[in-house]
Amino acid sequence: MTDVKPRIKVPKTAKKGEIVEIKTLVSHVMETGQRKDAEGKTIPRKIINRFTCEYNGKPVCEMILHPAISANPYISLFLKVEESGTLTMAWHDDDGSVYKAESKIDVTA
Amino acid sequence: MKERSAASRRQVIKGASALALGGVWLAGRPAEADVAKAQKLLGELIGGKTPQEGKVRLEMPQIAENGQTVPLTAAVDSPMTPNDYCKAIHILAEGNPEAAVCTFKFSPANGRAEFSTRMRLAQTQNVWAVAEMSDGSVWMTKTEVKVTIGGCGG
Repeated sequence: MTDVKPRIKVPKTAKKGEIVEIKTLVSHVMETGQRKDAEGKTIPRKIINRFTCEYNGKPVCEMILHPAISANPYISLFLKVEESGTLTMAWHDDDGSVYKAESKIDVTA
Repeated sequence: MKERSAASRRQVIKGASALALGGVWLAGRPAEADVAKAQKLLGELIGGKTPQEGKVRLEMPQIAENGQTVPLTAAVDSPMTPNDYCKAIHILAEGNPEAAVCTFKFSPANGRAEFSTRMRLAQTQNVWAVAEMSDGSVWMTKTEVKVTIGGCGG
């Protein structure tokens, strides 16, 4: 699973106090740990179990994911922007890997 | 037809004939034990509080042809100010192998207590959305989704 790449859609600019929508998609199998392979052996669980979102280093929100979340998890959320800054998002894998993405938002008065 | 635990013989017969008449989807419904499991998990998530009906919205399709990926949007009308905001929304599925689906933890910086994702549904069932507010109140709603092809295992 080296090809895990988050894709994010974040507006480049926003007005002060505006609530903007953030959309994210990350390619990942989200293996539930309940499926069996051809020999009847359980395929080990491997999912993204946590998603975090920060703006200018301050935590905005967090999502705990269970195996019931579909493969290639899509998450959309809202953010109220008061100042220009950098949005940083991270996806935490069961195996300890962390996939990151960030984007800048320019805030105009 | 939702509370089947105390089903009398007559109700069972009624149910059976409804099944015969009504269609296939009734056949694949979550067992009582699974619903009880979801209820237990909910108790753990919200610290044994009793949720009130309402306030939280859960938008899902009524019929999902493919249970592998069913879109959902959960939202609460909240001003999202430091004194009055929605702290978290939990999603549970009473008919999945594991009732837990996800928990989204908000802060006032979100501006709006709403998120979307996509989930797996093993069978036709109720999906629960439970919102925890900063004042300690807990709100809940359930939505039934009919599933044609299940989305777990395979």
